[in-house]
Amino acid sequence: MSLPAIEVRGLRKSYGKKTVLDDVDLTVAAGTVTALLGPNGAGKTTTVHILSTLLRPEGGTAFVNGCDVVRDPGGVRAVIGLTGQFSAVDKLLTGEENLLLMARLRHLGEKRSKTRVAELLEQFDLVEAARKPLATYSGGMQRRLDLAMTLVSTPRVIFLDEPTTGLDPRSRHTMWDIVRELVADGTTVLLTTQNLEEADELADRIAVLDGGRIVAAGTPEELKRLVPGWHIRLRFADAAALDGATLALREHGLGESDREGSTRDDAGLALTVPTDGGVRALRTVLDRLDAAGLEVDDLSIHTPDLDDVFFALTGRNDRPGRADREGNES
Amino acid sequence: MTSTIAQRPTAVGTSRQSHVVADAFTMLRRNLLHIVRYPGLSMFTILGPVVILLLVVFVFGGTLGAGLPGVGPAAGRDAYLAYVMPGILLITIAGTASGAAITVSMDMTEGITARFRTMAISRGAVLAGHVLGNTIQAVIAVALVLGVGLAVGFRPAAGPIEWIAAAGLIVFIAFAVSWIGVAMGMQSKTVETASNLPMILTLLPLLGSGFVPTQSMPAWLQWFAQYQPFTPFIETIRGLLLGTPLGWNPTLALCWCVLITAVGYAWSMAIYERKSVR
Repeated sequence: MSLPAIEVRGLRKSYGKKTVLDDVDLTVAAGTVTALLGPNGAGKTTTVHILSTLLRPEGGTAFVNGCDVVRDPGGVRAVIGLTGQFSAVDKLLTGEENLLLMARLRHLGEKRSKTRVAELLEQFDLVEAARKPLATYSGGMQRRLDLAMTLVSTPRVIFLDEPTTGLDPRSRHTMWDIVRELVADGTTVLLTTQNLEEADELADRIAVLDGGRIVAAGTPEELKRLVPGWHIRLRFADAAALDGATLALREHGLGESDREGSTRDDAGLALTVPTDGGVRALRTVLDRLDAAGLEVDDLSIHTPDLDDVFFALTGRNDRPGRADREGNES
Repeated sequence: MTSTIAQRPTAVGTSRQSHVVADAFTMLRRNLLHIVRYPGLSMFTILGPVVILLLVVFVFGGTLGAGLPGVGPAAGRDAYLAYVMPGILLITIAGTASGAAITVSMDMTEGITARFRTMAISRGAVLAGHVLGNTIQAVIAVALVLGVGLAVGFRPAAGPIEWIAAAGLIVFIAFAVSWIGVAMGMQSKTVETASNLPMILTLLPLLGSGFVPTQSMPAWLQWFAQYQPFTPFIETIRGLLLGTPLGWNPTLALCWCVLITAVGYAWSMAIYERKSVR
């Protein structure tokens, strides 16, 4: 399919004197997942709100499934679904009633509505809670219901605005599995996140948004190559093993080819080896140690966080992620 | 699956207009479910007028009734009950406006309105659901308050035609006032404001001919009392139920209903688009 699901050119938006989006370009191919990665206040939610016809842009163009969000909002609304970072559920109704409400508003017909709702309750593991009021739902359950409501009519393009913010690790993984299933069914997904790991897990492409501008875009692999901070930390039983490992890895040039060499921590009997975060690099390190007959006591993999990404991509030292984290997303 | 998805845009595009009524009923169903599930708010809109009714009839009624034109001291309380009942019914309707405002305001802060806006639902349908739900609630409230009035001795002199006319007017007034309630709910930034703003409406029957004849008021207040909408509302209901002269009041009442509906509709539609995003 040649027509991209989302096509954004030169998008601009400001609130008063504060520029929120400054010339944003974004293309999302149909059937793929793109992550908008950025700190609070970067303009992620504003972008999603413009694309889902909740806000009007001040400049530039935005097309969703070939429909202009300003000139043909009805066409856009017919094919999209939005699950925002604030729950858009009716807290006075039960989960089942919420889903039925959506099914009726999507005009599925009474019989089709009932079967679709039953399917979704099953798929999102909400069967037991279906007839209970939302007050008894956990955060993860509410988020799942929220997404299920978006999916009642199987939209072609789905916007997920920070779908896992505030969820515990288990609920987060459930949410990730759901997103993967969606994509397997051919849905186009644009998700926003502050979490590099999440973007890496789910996205085909990542666009990094900072201060209303796209500062980098590419596949997760392309971006990770730009970002230092991925390293493997190996701990050994004694100093002899540490020496052996240092030698084994140095002989083969590992860790020295890129940016910096392995660093020794003699007191902790540990060796830190920079990598690109890939599995292959990890395997190479372990193979080398195996070949040298060295036993590793403990191994941990460190991934860069959003701060590292921003430091690498914007070259700024003020760590915008941290500074703005308390601020409100506009 | 792919083929059904491919057809959907056109299907929804053409059917958008014809779905307005269906969507309005879906939204009405939702609002009625709220009322049934959480009757607390509805009870409150009935309780207020009943307390006022019992208070003014049994505490102030004897004295106030004796002051009505052409009523002797002995018949004071019964005469006042008959006089005040239409005003109490109108206070009941005005009170339900705050229910509408609270419901709408809660929707706006819950984020579900933003969801509705990203769906191909007409804005009119979302608002109409609120208005129709509140109108039904108001009519039920009026019936219950009237029931209490009948229980404490209110004896209207109306025939079937007058009853039907009075019921019809009450539905129309409730509909018009609901639009104002919805607009006030839209306008309010918080649920607290939404519950307080419509209180102004409940004052109007007091500042009209609801509780005392307007002739007994000072000139400046008399002017306001005579030209505000609740006086023709009350005078029409009073005329229909008790046989007092109607004059131009029914015409004025209907004109006010149309005007209030138009203002409430335009007001809430204008804010809906602007305010449904946080």
